[in-house]
Amino acid sequence: MSDTLVPRETVQRVLNESMGRGADFAEVFVEDRSNSSASLDQRRIQELNSGRSRGAGVRVVVGETTGFAHTADLSEPGLLAAARAAAAVAREGRGGVRHAALETLRDHSSRAEISPSSVAKASKIEIMMRADEVARASAGAISQVQVALADSRRRFIVANSEGVFAGDDQVRTRFAVSCVAQGDGGMQTGYRPLAATRGFEILSADAVEDAARGAAQQALTKLSARPAPSGDLPVVLAGGSGGILFHEACGHGLEADAVLKQASVYAGKVGQRVASPLVTLVDDGTMGGEWGYFAVDDEGRPARRNVLIENGVLTDYMWDHLRARKEGRASSGNGRRQSYAHLPMVRMTNTYLLAGDADADEIVAQTPRGVYVAQLGGGQVNTATGDFVFGATAAFLIENGRITTPLRDCNLIGNGPEILQRVDAVATDFSMTPGTCGKDGQQVAVGCGQATMRLTGITIGGTAT
Amino acid sequence: MSELLERATKLLERVGGGEEMEVFLSRGVETEVQAYQGEIENLSSSSSAEIGIRILIDGPRGARVGTAYAGSLDDEAIAEAMSNARDNARFATEDEFVAFARPDGVAPVSLSLSDPGVAGTSMERKVNLALELEAMVRGGDARIRQVDAANYSDYLSDAAIVSTTGISASLERSGAFVSVEAIATDGEQDQTGWGLSVGRSPEDLSLASAAGDAIRRATRMLGAVKPPSFKGVAVFDPRTAATLWSIMGSALSGDAVVRGRSFFAGRLGEVVASSEVTLIDDPTDARHFAASPFDAEGLSSRRNELITEGRLRQFVYDTVAGRRAGTSSTGNAVRAGVSGSPSAGCRALQLVAGDYDQDEVLRRVGNGVFVESLTGVHSGVNPISGDFSVGITGLMIRDGVLAEPVREVTLASTLQRMLLDVVMVGNDVQWLPGTAAAQTLAIDGLALSGR
Repeated sequence: MSDTLVPRETVQRVLNESMGRGADFAEVFVEDRSNSSASLDQRRIQELNSGRSRGAGVRVVVGETTGFAHTADLSEPGLLAAARAAAAVAREGRGGVRHAALETLRDHSSRAEISPSSVAKASKIEIMMRADEVARASAGAISQVQVALADSRRRFIVANSEGVFAGDDQVRTRFAVSCVAQGDGGMQTGYRPLAATRGFEILSADAVEDAARGAAQQALTKLSARPAPSGDLPVVLAGGSGGILFHEACGHGLEADAVLKQASVYAGKVGQRVASPLVTLVDDGTMGGEWGYFAVDDEGRPARRNVLIENGVLTDYMWDHLRARKEGRASSGNGRRQSYAHLPMVRMTNTYLLAGDADADEIVAQTPRGVYVAQLGGGQVNTATGDFVFGATAAFLIENGRITTPLRDCNLIGNGPEILQRVDAVATDFSMTPGTCGKDGQQVAVGCGQATMRLTGITIGGTAT
Repeated sequence: MSELLERATKLLERVGGGEEMEVFLSRGVETEVQAYQGEIENLSSSSSAEIGIRILIDGPRGARVGTAYAGSLDDEAIAEAMSNARDNARFATEDEFVAFARPDGVAPVSLSLSDPGVAGTSMERKVNLALELEAMVRGGDARIRQVDAANYSDYLSDAAIVSTTGISASLERSGAFVSVEAIATDGEQDQTGWGLSVGRSPEDLSLASAAGDAIRRATRMLGAVKPPSFKGVAVFDPRTAATLWSIMGSALSGDAVVRGRSFFAGRLGEVVASSEVTLIDDPTDARHFAASPFDAEGLSSRRNELITEGRLRQFVYDTVAGRRAGTSSTGNAVRAGVSGSPSAGCRALQLVAGDYDQDEVLRRVGNGVFVESLTGVHSGVNPISGDFSVGITGLMIRDGVLAEPVREVTLASTLQRMLLDVVMVGNDVQWLPGTAAAQTLAIDGLALSGR
């Protein structure tokens, strides 16, 4: 249990030390993380790696200023030293809060059914070997197979001057297969990840073999790919990874830190139509087992399901504690940090478009000419201008309502507020996909989801005219 | 001998029978200040210490390595890491090419990478640098409506790497940075621009150049339009050119090549680029921000010429990739901190400069697009297949000068084609943080996808 990380009395004393000179807010975050990873390449288990990091981050807020210090020394003197360093910014403290009465610890246990630490290393290797075999058996053209398997356990407790005292135990498991296929025209790549805030129960033989076959098939298909078109075309995004579109096109712009700094095109637009009426966008940290799931966020707030856009109308932004406090409202459970060594900020959890009522096949059949994107590989946005890109790592031409020629990798580019208006069909075949989101140098696990949907037009960054 | 090196060397005594051991220790102190609206928004000060252990066991069909790391140097953490590394080694597949580096007789260059200015500058002065930078950008142009981040940061670090195979290297380095992001408006449209300045000490930093860059980049993008599609020349500024060269560098990794995961595989000795391209990896050049006397296995750094006037001369190797390819390390082991294992990679790329400054490159190019920022590099560039497709912002080039700004467009080609299509390399080198230093770069044959 997390309460063994640091005794309650120590947490209380460190918090008191942080506020000794008067502060508006203080917080202690103590984390213990273990990672283990293994990789297979060229039919060899290359390496097993194990890591452990423990430490604490203390932040003290006085007025508009946050002081932050972190330490790997979890002894009481070590924690008190970090508290004093963080409080140094409060040297002109205005005599705010000086004492906090902590609530009873709200701790949470992991949802993992098969704890990764209980799985023998030999069994982990068997899983990887099996994926390698299955991928290679797909075709002789598969020249390279890499398999990565990683799991982590992250326990933390967080306490603050408002009495919050909560903990979580987050177990995550991630598996990915990458393939290279060699053809006459060069090499192509395929990639399939499997990841969840769960244990090894996600790595059933079927799931592992499906991922291996999927990665191999993707590389093989792309061997006959031709250059993607250049210019504006209708695009049908397959369910799952297509959710990255919303993560980039508006997710980041709905994070309150960007909004409060007037660095988002969505600032000041609550209550306004910002998207097609088919768009209902939700950010949901409570989605059990998804990659972006947690019980409490890294500021001790329970995860929540927040509706961001409802039938095209902007309903709310995402909030962490600091930004919410400024606006005199509650956090939406979106305060996250990469580790104890980082300050929390507003981050997405599992962000998805609610399913619609169209038939996925019908959407394709009713698209005379366009591009079908089967898998997206990430993206990037400038929240101040709304311009964003996302990469298609598996795409096809749509000709006369049928999916035809495979296309080489390319980026698609658009402007968030414009593209959100162009959603003209959403199907029922909803699914989620895992991803890693980077912001200001911090990486966190997020989920993206959607059903098959169509955009009436978006710019495709290919070379063919 | 530095205290950290001594400590690392002492740990080697714990090597078991039939094992080799490598110990990598690293310590650092960091400061970070963010200014916002004339106040300190965040002030972080932190220190960290980490250890990475690799243990190698030899067997009949080759060696096996296990790895472990810890985010602390206390005895318990070190003991746990050693025992995990030892256990992990048992599960690797024996591999005849796996080995630890051994000293190869190359002497390390002497480089001064640590400046007393980082420790000697008061916190008050560091805070003021961030505040002054923000004020400079806010006051620098009436069209700047917001500065959403103005940062100062610095670090002092100390690392040691030792092994039972004779490696013993240690290094201190320091760095100081300012960066700022500005939002400009013309009342109808917002545009952003960021600027930075880097050095080994706060005294090396130029607030004026960081502020000027952010202001110029944000304001000159105002009124940007989406232009019609075309195929032609793109001129990359040194910042975006550096991104291109570091991608090219990843395909020159001997590890990627020997595993058949690079489009350069099998092309040694061939012409792979235009004759304008002479690409060198040289971490011994003190001007390069990534300069260092040692690589990540503790071997001495050396100068390696990778492409000479367009001809592919050599790849870069660490110990294992070198053995796999039937050659030896070129001093190019890289690793992501103590938690990673070494792999082969470019470390400090630079190009032989051309004859012209940026204005002259633009004049000679005549018409095309000038690229100021790239997006989607991680999602649209594939160093295995060579497919290249990125989002850009920049300005059109008309009659040899910069014309209207453009946005929401992509540029596409293949990395193979782009190397052959290099038209000009400028003479305006910028020593940027990261793997590559670069000059203005003109490349033909790019498809711009717009309206």
